[in-house]
Amino acid sequence: MLDKVTKQKLVVIGNGMAGIRTVEALLERAPDLYDITVFGSEPYGNYNRILLSPVLAGEKTVDDIMLNTVDWYEDNNIALRKGETISMIDRRTCEVVTDAGDRVPYDRLLIATGSNPIMLPLPGKELPGVIGFRDIYDVDRMIKASTDYRNAVVIGGGLLGLEAANGLMKRGMNVTVVHLLDTLMERQLDPVAGGLLRKSLEERGMVFKMPAQTQAILGEDRVTGARFGDGTELAADLVVMAVGIRPNFELAKKAGLHCERGVVVSDTMQTYDGRIYAVGECVQHRRQTYGLVAPLFDQAKVCANHLAMKGFATYDGSVTSTKLKVTGIDLFSAGDFAPGPDKEEIVLQDANRGVYKRIILKDKKIVGAVLYGDTIDGPWYFQHLRDGTDVSHMRERLVFGAANLGEGGVSGQNSVAAMSDETEICGCNGVCKGAIVKAISEKKLFTLDDVRAHTKASSSCGSCTGLVEQVLAFTLGGDYSAAPKVKPLCKCTDHSHDDVRRVIIEQQLKTIPAVMRFMEWKTLNGCHSCRPALNYYLLATWPGEYRDDQQSRFINERVHANIQKDGTYSVVPRMWGGVTTPSELRAIADVAEKFNIPTVKVTGGQRIDLLGVKKEDLPAVWADLNDAGMVSGHAYAKGLRTVKTCVGSEWCRFGTQDSTGLGVKLEKFMWGSWTPAKVKLGVSGCPRNCAEATCKDVGVVCVDSGYEIHFAGAAGLHIKGTEFLTKVETEDETLEVIVALTQLYREEGWYLERMYKWCDRVGLEQIRKRVVDDVANRKALFGRFAHSQQFAQTDPWAERASRGVDRNEFAPLAELELA
Amino acid sequence: MTGWIEIGALDDIPRLGSRVVRTPGGNIAVFRTESDEVFALDDRCPHKGGPLSQGIVHNKRVTCPLHNFVIELASGQAVAPDEGCTHTHPAKVENGIVWLSVRQAAAVS
Repeated sequence: MLDKVTKQKLVVIGNGMAGIRTVEALLERAPDLYDITVFGSEPYGNYNRILLSPVLAGEKTVDDIMLNTVDWYEDNNIALRKGETISMIDRRTCEVVTDAGDRVPYDRLLIATGSNPIMLPLPGKELPGVIGFRDIYDVDRMIKASTDYRNAVVIGGGLLGLEAANGLMKRGMNVTVVHLLDTLMERQLDPVAGGLLRKSLEERGMVFKMPAQTQAILGEDRVTGARFGDGTELAADLVVMAVGIRPNFELAKKAGLHCERGVVVSDTMQTYDGRIYAVGECVQHRRQTYGLVAPLFDQAKVCANHLAMKGFATYDGSVTSTKLKVTGIDLFSAGDFAPGPDKEEIVLQDANRGVYKRIILKDKKIVGAVLYGDTIDGPWYFQHLRDGTDVSHMRERLVFGAANLGEGGVSGQNSVAAMSDETEICGCNGVCKGAIVKAISEKKLFTLDDVRAHTKASSSCGSCTGLVEQVLAFTLGGDYSAAPKVKPLCKCTDHSHDDVRRVIIEQQLKTIPAVMRFMEWKTLNGCHSCRPALNYYLLATWPGEYRDDQQSRFINERVHANIQKDGTYSVVPRMWGGVTTPSELRAIADVAEKFNIPTVKVTGGQRIDLLGVKKEDLPAVWADLNDAGMVSGHAYAKGLRTVKTCVGSEWCRFGTQDSTGLGVKLEKFMWGSWTPAKVKLGVSGCPRNCAEATCKDVGVVCVDSGYEIHFAGAAGLHIKGTEFLTKVETEDETLEVIVALTQLYREEGWYLERMYKWCDRVGLEQIRKRVVDDVANRKALFGRFAHSQQFAQTDPWAERASRGVDRNEFAPLAELELA
Repeated sequence: MTGWIEIGALDDIPRLGSRVVRTPGGNIAVFRTESDEVFALDDRCPHKGGPLSQGIVHNKRVTCPLHNFVIELASGQAVAPDEGCTHTHPAKVENGIVWLSVRQAAAVS
């Protein structure tokens, strides 16, 4: 009971999405820190306001959009005081006062009062039948009007107005949309996309009056019409004002808190009174106010972090994207698309297909995108926009989207809306569209991570991520919370990969617990995602010094073999450059027979794979292979895998250089090195490229005059040809460039980030500058790789087969008879 | 359920790791946490039968090496939103020795 007394009191004003999301995030971080009281004027639990449009359109019910029921508040010991309005904040005594005069004390106060619809100050605005579009009450009134009346006028051709108009039209009303400007949704769309949108809404029966200024609302006892600036009039039984929202900060202002267009908050979501926080639509942060859900969620996270006394997160503002929630119309917009002298545009327009795409670039980066008709790539453009990716290398194909660039994975599907419920979205885990939609609506999911956790879609290879985000957008109407701009390393921390790598060096952190302690990990021993990442970062940063933590290795790297679905392992001996000998083959055959190995298969990387080896047999299998001179092929490693070669000038009549010999040389120098993700090399002896070097992480194509070095290719989840890095004249130079490149990747890549993703992220030119142009830097990188290799080039098989390393790993602890 | 059976020394199981005990009914995985608690579970993930003993141990949980199901060591339950449960067996440490009591036959594989 004592802790009850000492707990601090948190009062939340506003029972909407921003306030409750903050409370949820706070409970995750510090479940017992506060006694929490929530005040909400509306007589409901917390509901998803962005789905009011589908409720109006009859596609969802009010129950469908409830997020937190009354039970949730009880289960979490939160006092919910719904239907009670706060009339005053008394900062002197640290109390809030309800309209009934009840005084409630607080230690910390959270203002989440949201916004109000703007009601134009027109004559007749208080007539019955004139309403805003903001809450369940407004929706109820509109639904009622649609059964009793025929004609509606919606003032405002923005997102909210068009959704209201669409809903009323679906409910059988004749709807005219009145808009002040000549482009619909002018804040999100350019005139061309606005025109396409208008055309397709007109085809559905919506009528537009624009540009037009409303001058008066007509009627005696109830609205009967509206009059416009040009003197014309329209008959109407219902007038919906949807011209925008205004942050609701009256309460804060009355309490003397600094307000401008909203309650002004700092990067930690605090108002000028440090005890008082504010989040959501009522705040103004760095001169911006927000009316979409994704920024509110970002703010909620930061605010909760601060309330939980962690205090390291800051909010830097959000870039937002929008999708119109009108079923059957695909529209996406993000970022800044106003023309400007320093901006460039890429436009694709196909009137017959009803497709329009406009990508706006500035300084080689995407700063805005408007898509109409084909929005599949919306999330993909948005990701590059937020990441600030240098897109110059894919510029010529950018407008055709991710699938065209080989980034869309293997799925050829294009429009999520047109897919049937049975269409498979995630091929790895067999998740179809219907299952994802169901989970999103039933389990109230908002984020990609939520969907991954609940359905497993996009949780394996990730190539369907864009599609899953589309399904989220389609189900929630676009206002979902996309992956954050700076991705945390995993759920155990808010820090990014880059932060972690930087801090490890700056603070000289040399063990996993030291990193977790210093960076305030949220979990005791991390998880299966962060531990292998930290282990790699420490190993790559402190070669020879850091002691590899076997328990933080994925099983394949712990036992130096690949686990199979039945718990057996596969064994791949190294064949340098893909070259073998009769005696090696004989030894492999003997091993396969001696240990009853069921499958012997040739791999794509020119090696032989022995599949179905029992774990306890591994050391003996390795011992036999070692005796024949073979070592681990590291086919299981986030490290150097294979160097695939063609026969080259030694045999081939077209060969220009000794590609086999060069491949062997590269492999002998680089084997054993750990890298962020697997690294595969290829060396072709001529441009016919029989070793398929131009879809490898690093590929060499020999020509008569020397060696072309390519990198950042892929031929798996994504198919991507390599980028040309440079051309050199000798084998030694080739080795030096490739080793330096690999070292740069080892030092900068994020764990599990393949070389082509790394190249995408940091940019080809950046890499070329440091590996090719800056010779001193190249030599330094080469030196660091060579130093690290001193500690890495020990055959892990020999250590375990004959030197007794990890003996316990391969034997049972006990065998019980259990009579 | 069997009585307590001595199965080996605590030091023979790595911290944040696991060893396997063979029984006629199938393997039992014995886990050791960072704070030297031990837990015993059938060595089969409720998802697709993956060997949990080969997973990464974190706090009082293990992640299955096949498809990343996370299992609570104390209860055998999959961590939500995943569903499923692995059979558990009582285990304890006394004076550095690990004891196991096999609760009926381990799952038939």
